[in-house]
Amino acid sequence: MADPPTRPQIGADEWVARSAERSAAGRARTWAEQTPAPIRYGALAVVVTLIALVPVMTSDEYILRVGVVSLIYALLALGLNVSVGLAGLLDLGYVAFYGFGAYGYALLSSSKFGVHWSLWETLPLVLGTSILVGFLLALPSRRLVGDYLAIVTLFFGQIFYTIAVQGYRVPLITFHGTHDITGGPNGIADVDDFRVFGHHLTTNRAYFWFSLIAVVVVFTAIHFLNESRTGRAWRAHRDDPLATELMGMPINWLKLLAIAVGASVGALAGTINAASLHGAFPDDYSTPVLITIYAMVILGGAGSLLGVVLGALTVNILLEVLRTPDHARWILYIAIVVALLAKVRPWRKLAAVLAGTLAFGIAVHAIVAAAWPRGVHGLVSISGTDFSNGGWFGWALRHWLVLPAHTYEEGQYTWFNVALVALIGLVLVLTMVRGWVRWALLVPTLWLAALVWETRLVEEGTGPTRFLLLGAILVVLMAARPQGFLGTHRVEIV
Amino acid sequence: MAPLLELEGVSKAFGGLRVIDNLDLTVGEKEIVSLIGPNGAGKTTVFNLITGVYRVDKGEITLGGDNLVGLSPHRITRRGVARTFQTLRLFLNMSVKENVMAAAYGHTRAGVVRSILRTPGQRREEREIERLAQERLAFFGERLMGYRWNQPAYSLSYANRRRLEIARATATSPRILLLDEPAAGMNPAETAEITQLIAKLRGDGDYAILVIEHDMHVVEGISDRVVALDHGVKIAEGSFDEVATNPRVLEAYLGLRAKEST
Repeated sequence: MADPPTRPQIGADEWVARSAERSAAGRARTWAEQTPAPIRYGALAVVVTLIALVPVMTSDEYILRVGVVSLIYALLALGLNVSVGLAGLLDLGYVAFYGFGAYGYALLSSSKFGVHWSLWETLPLVLGTSILVGFLLALPSRRLVGDYLAIVTLFFGQIFYTIAVQGYRVPLITFHGTHDITGGPNGIADVDDFRVFGHHLTTNRAYFWFSLIAVVVVFTAIHFLNESRTGRAWRAHRDDPLATELMGMPINWLKLLAIAVGASVGALAGTINAASLHGAFPDDYSTPVLITIYAMVILGGAGSLLGVVLGALTVNILLEVLRTPDHARWILYIAIVVALLAKVRPWRKLAAVLAGTLAFGIAVHAIVAAAWPRGVHGLVSISGTDFSNGGWFGWALRHWLVLPAHTYEEGQYTWFNVALVALIGLVLVLTMVRGWVRWALLVPTLWLAALVWETRLVEEGTGPTRFLLLGAILVVLMAARPQGFLGTHRVEIV
Repeated sequence: MAPLLELEGVSKAFGGLRVIDNLDLTVGEKEIVSLIGPNGAGKTTVFNLITGVYRVDKGEITLGGDNLVGLSPHRITRRGVARTFQTLRLFLNMSVKENVMAAAYGHTRAGVVRSILRTPGQRREEREIERLAQERLAFFGERLMGYRWNQPAYSLSYANRRRLEIARATATSPRILLLDEPAAGMNPAETAEITQLIAKLRGDGDYAILVIEHDMHVVEGISDRVVALDHGVKIAEGSFDEVATNPRVLEAYLGLRAKEST
């Protein structure tokens, strides 16, 4: 990008300090910072109120359930953000605390052992124990940094998962035989609802509000903590551990504290999850969930509280929307067009790529239609919705792509697998070439991507495609904004 | 008068390499001592030994009579030793003010629960260290004032980063300041300014100062006493003029003349 020629004193102290004024994002940030605190908090309160009104406006159980899960993920992201975003500790054992909370609540409030404690008895015990376990985990790893800490904590997470899965045949020395503690792979069912002030929380609506309150309370607590001496010390540790210690801050204690505070938030999310699901199942607390939480924190911007909540809501809602093939289809095409709009400059090049892609598809379609007697107007999808067969978009797709007739009836998927492999190869080549070759190659790549999407991926919407597409969206978003939605661009060495 | 900081027979070896050998060093109350020597003489190692980054092999280090050997670095800082770094180590992604406030950790008390609840005591403490930070930054005049307070530290120029490091070190309420090449990378005008500031630091804060410096104009301008190191051994000590004319110091810096070495 060309700099305006009149910019004075490039590189001077003040020029660097006022860099925010020169970008739209920076101006927005400055504006947000200069808005008086009451207005900012007021705006936040309005947003929270609007979210709180969702259960009033809809009684759709599916939407409410997605809402509950999103809010639980928001809690999880807030907790992980303490160790990862604030203190800069790569804690990969975090999901174990989530599971610890769920199993702790399930064991103390279910018919598994006939123990039915109320929330106010279980919660302090579960949170207290999880803080203790957090300390115990952090104690041997307090001298570890970076990758080494990650390995040890990942190990801890796996131990928890193994115990949960294998815990249905625990040999206790004092008794004969083995005992079922965790229910093994089947987990613990029949977990009690929360009982709060004499009320039974039985509906998704009630859990929605409970989770929302939990998010607000935890958000406020961590915000205050972040603004205190402890939070400053955490952020100092993230930037430079040695200097932190030499400025009088006890880094070992601060690390223990960060992991323990995160652990308690994770455990709180776990209890809500167990109660709202009426069960605790080991696969809800395994490494894929951890990766999802990390994706939320990184996408939202590690270190920014509002950012990670936004990241959690975005990722979880996106994953839900992608479950429906038609929604997923729209998201794919819109995402491609938006990415092209954002990345391809000038507009003449953009127009050329778009027109080229259209023309390429129509040409290939015409050639194949003339040469192949089988017919190339196959169904876009077998999902059976009107969208696939009719509609202008479905019609356009059928006349643009090459979709052999009767494919699904005859089950011939080989061509589509070849197309998928070819697409992957094309994308790889695309990353290696430069200049006009790249723009020329982009045309068949886009067309092939649409073909593979319509023939293969859209059919697996509830399975791998969801995560594939989410991964692609995350890659694109992170390439455009490496610091995440609301994260601050961090400087490591200058 | 008993010295404030005292090193007695301090030795340190990395494997077979003796980096510091039987070093005696004292810094009195409000005294400014310069540590000079060619590259690799062990000057920064002395700082690392005093602040507890490295463990002393042999010998004693005391501050005001209290033993410092074996304490962890943050405890040593709380006893009253603060330092700056030759290779600047600011908390780059925190604001200028927060850099200084973070260093006040040692003399604040509020724990996690009190911080979450924002008790009156915690808020009073926050106000106090904020005032402390402003005061420490004001020491450098207009350089670190105003709009810069809320700027991230990475947006500062090199010279301002050096100043911020000194401000941050003083926020730990030290009795002795260890400055590692405070004038490195500064232009002549800034070097002259930092020379005056170091003298003013002693006057305002009642600190003793141990400073590593290569710029001999700075050393001459500020030092009460100069100690010269070479290969981990103290080769000279005394006033600037005494050390500067000492033949062993000249030899360490410039090497022997061919005629004399034969």
